[in-house]
Amino acid sequence: MADARDVVLGRIRAALADRPTAAPVPRDYDTSRDVQDVVGLFAERAADYRAVVRRVRPRELAEEIDVSLRARGARRMAAPDDLPAWWRIGEVVWSLDEPGHPLSIRALDRSDGVLTGCAVAIAETGTVVLDAGEAQGRRALTLLPDYHLCVVRADQVVGTVPEALARLSPTSPLTFISGPSATSDIELDRVEGVHGPRNLEILIVN
Amino acid sequence: MGRNPVTWLGSPTFPSAARAALADTQLRGNLAHATGTIRTKRAAVVSELPDWERLRLAGEAIKDDVLANLDTHLTRLEAAVTARGGVVHWARDAAEANEIVLGLVRAAEASEVVKVKSMATAEIGLNEALAAGGVSAVETDLAELIVQLGDDRPSHILVPAIHRNRAEIRDIFRATMPGASPSLSDSPADLAEAARAHLRRKFLSAKVAISGANFAVADTGSVVVVESEGNGRMCLTLPRTLITVMGLEKVVPTWRDLEVFLQLLPRSSTAERMNPYTSVWSGVTPGDGPSEFHLVLLDNGRTATLADEVGRQALRCIRCSACLNVCPVYERTGGQAYGSVYPGPIGAILTPQLGAGTDDPSTASLLRSLPFASSLCGACYEVCPVRIDIPEVLVHLRSRSVTEKGPYTPEAVAMAAASWVMTSPSRFRLAQRLLGPLRLLARHGRVRRLPWPASLWTDSRDVPAPPKETFSAWWRRTRGPTSRASSGSRTRSRAPAPGRTAHSALWRRLRGRGTLPNDAGTAPPDTGAPLLGGAFADLVRRVRGGRRG
Amino acid sequence: MTTRVALMATCLTDTLYPDTARAVVRLLERLGCDVEFPDAQTCCGQMHYNTGYRRQATTLARHTARTFDGYDAVVAPSGSCAGMVRDLYPGLHRSTVRVAGRTYELSEFLVDVLGVTDVGAYFPHRVTYHPTCHSLRMLGVGDKPLRLLRAVRGLDLVELPGARECCGFGGTFALKNADTSTAMLADKMQGVLDTGARVVTAGDNSCLMHIGGGLSRLNTGVRALHLAEILASTEEEPWVATR
Repeated sequence: MADARDVVLGRIRAALADRPTAAPVPRDYDTSRDVQDVVGLFAERAADYRAVVRRVRPRELAEEIDVSLRARGARRMAAPDDLPAWWRIGEVVWSLDEPGHPLSIRALDRSDGVLTGCAVAIAETGTVVLDAGEAQGRRALTLLPDYHLCVVRADQVVGTVPEALARLSPTSPLTFISGPSATSDIELDRVEGVHGPRNLEILIVN
Repeated sequence: MGRNPVTWLGSPTFPSAARAALADTQLRGNLAHATGTIRTKRAAVVSELPDWERLRLAGEAIKDDVLANLDTHLTRLEAAVTARGGVVHWARDAAEANEIVLGLVRAAEASEVVKVKSMATAEIGLNEALAAGGVSAVETDLAELIVQLGDDRPSHILVPAIHRNRAEIRDIFRATMPGASPSLSDSPADLAEAARAHLRRKFLSAKVAISGANFAVADTGSVVVVESEGNGRMCLTLPRTLITVMGLEKVVPTWRDLEVFLQLLPRSSTAERMNPYTSVWSGVTPGDGPSEFHLVLLDNGRTATLADEVGRQALRCIRCSACLNVCPVYERTGGQAYGSVYPGPIGAILTPQLGAGTDDPSTASLLRSLPFASSLCGACYEVCPVRIDIPEVLVHLRSRSVTEKGPYTPEAVAMAAASWVMTSPSRFRLAQRLLGPLRLLARHGRVRRLPWPASLWTDSRDVPAPPKETFSAWWRRTRGPTSRASSGSRTRSRAPAPGRTAHSALWRRLRGRGTLPNDAGTAPPDTGAPLLGGAFADLVRRVRGGRRG
Repeated sequence: MTTRVALMATCLTDTLYPDTARAVVRLLERLGCDVEFPDAQTCCGQMHYNTGYRRQATTLARHTARTFDGYDAVVAPSGSCAGMVRDLYPGLHRSTVRVAGRTYELSEFLVDVLGVTDVGAYFPHRVTYHPTCHSLRMLGVGDKPLRLLRAVRGLDLVELPGARECCGFGGTFALKNADTSTAMLADKMQGVLDTGARVVTAGDNSCLMHIGGGLSRLNTGVRALHLAEILASTEEEPWVATR
């Protein structure tokens, strides 16, 4: 039996016997857009998708994290091990997910929430992107807890999708998050809250 | 080669399936509501982007490049995925892909797998193949779960259970979901909560997950899955082994190309600025997600489609389903009438190409009927984010259907006759005159009943009575002939007026054969198209009821 | 100077709707055009093309191209026939390219070529307008027919709900998928009836035959009438029903 790979590649070459030439890709779409207040737009668009968004001052970040956790009633929080230590405040038990000693799926599932930073945020779409880099941890960490508190620095916010992709490394495991988990599967009406975290709270620091 | 499962076994042709679907008023109501909602939302998010048309042009051009250099892009993708610890498999057809996946699941010693919604695995009938091999596949997308629990078939690319409304979904959950509360309400939030509880244990214990892919970047080996619920993230990150089945055409050349598609896709499909979750991974990342990653590259009719210079544009499709949501035919018949996992306008051009070459006569009939399941209104082309000229491909595939059926079908003979008549002005004028007797059947300037095949028209529509004088006859009588603009040697002489003999001979023949009723006056009173259920009968009732009341 | 215009009446209008073609002649002559009717015209081939009979469509297209060769402008009171000539002829045969560039649908010709929107018409009825798919999406006539209608004196123009949605005609689709076609027709008729208009108009007699045929079957009393007949109607010579 011929190797499937050779057969498929051979079929492709035969199918392209007419030598179609593709025109150069027109890249005249907008890679960036004139937005007066990118951070303001991000806050508005993220809130549009039912994320809770609060804007906080850098000095007050720790206090504001505490405010959020209290409001949520969180007692057991998960976090990546490289989360700035001063973010881990409040009357909360912090479990750190360390590369050598990852938290079990069970432990993640039982925690009340997770606190992370992010890699990039996209204003136009209200999206935060995690790339497993600093203060973000592995992907499962932000998936199993029902509450995700995410800290976004103003300088991490870009206007558009093209600007965001230009900042990201394509080989890192990436997760683009736009609001809490949702579905449109019943009558094409959007409802929030299925398998992913049902509560997304974003603290924008500027 | 086995049967291509892209069509469902035993599906009737589109017109007969549509007839049954049209009679289901619940279905039509559900579809009208859902597609109406999404159309409005899509229009709103698309209008937010001033460069939408430029993005469409870029999307089209990127995909054309993908197709024109598909072998190069695929081998580069293979190299990039392999370099990052993934294993790439090639599958010529559905059977081979299913065999590969089953082998991998067995190697992982799993008897149950969790699945992210994927058109490619639906197309190859993977769940059935796994079941035959003793492996149960759990669909984790809410709509797929509804279809699976209801032992139903999908009717939409994005929302396979679009034909079900909330009350029906509640009933399915109550009846079939283990642990579902008998007092479960029909609010979408409660239904989503029930699905969450039902699937949570499955996610946390699954050893193997199976997904599709929306895109895969040749340069970097990055695979992209776009989703909403988080079931995708669960499948892509928790199990030890991840198997992704991807159609060959899903490759994109560079990372940058995603900046186009991640704008086009969510706005076109769920009418969101961005879908809740998009996951991107390359091969295996130690300590983060599965430790084993397999990518199955699936042909299953794609290379045959690629060989068709007009039809290959269907491979640009990114499965957004915008064409379904705007299609007036889809809106009324629903997706199951298309007899395939690919319904709607894109299905009408993709299914006949992917499934071409079948040796099953009833499947061949279905495939030949699909390109005719459109009024060619062009709404699909208008919204397609990668600018697939669906009407062009439909017409192209109609030609193929006509050729396959040969020149001796009644339709082909009628078309040949019509063309023979129309290529000659004199024959055309004679034919116009021969329509004159239809006037005898008319009352109040309209004809209500004609024999088959014209009854296909008159079952629901009157025909205007032919006028006493056609326009061309009037023009010749009052203005004299204008032969041509460039008067000269090529001017043709006018045809002689057809004699009354031909006219009356045909009339006698028609009467003699009894193909026309002798007296229109004795035609039965109109009962509002007894053959047609559904919409028309409803309207008749509404209009008549309104009149009486 | 007058514009020399060839009228492409279309096979359907010539045979079943002579009033429409006469209205086009009256209208264009009133606007100063020199209208000719090339006698050899038959059918543009659209039905064959759209049903998958490309070879026969090409034969008909070549005949049509020969018939209309040499005119400044060819005007058709049909969005779909004009669309066939303009969009699809160039891909059929080298001899059918030239006519494509000179062919106009009536409302385009009036607004774009003659530069008029007020054609001096008078039509004192409540009217709703259905934009046919090919005029809307293939030719892109946009709001030209509506601008022409808005300038008609006495005319009460009401918006058609779901106007952009296909009426379900679709040529042989109406026969090959008669049930689906009828379901689409029913919704279109419901839209028309909801407006309370006495007349539904469009730029295509094929769609109007379908919509009008349904309205007539249901004895609704609403008439389907080609745009040209409304635009040709004046206070001196108002539109009269001939059937």
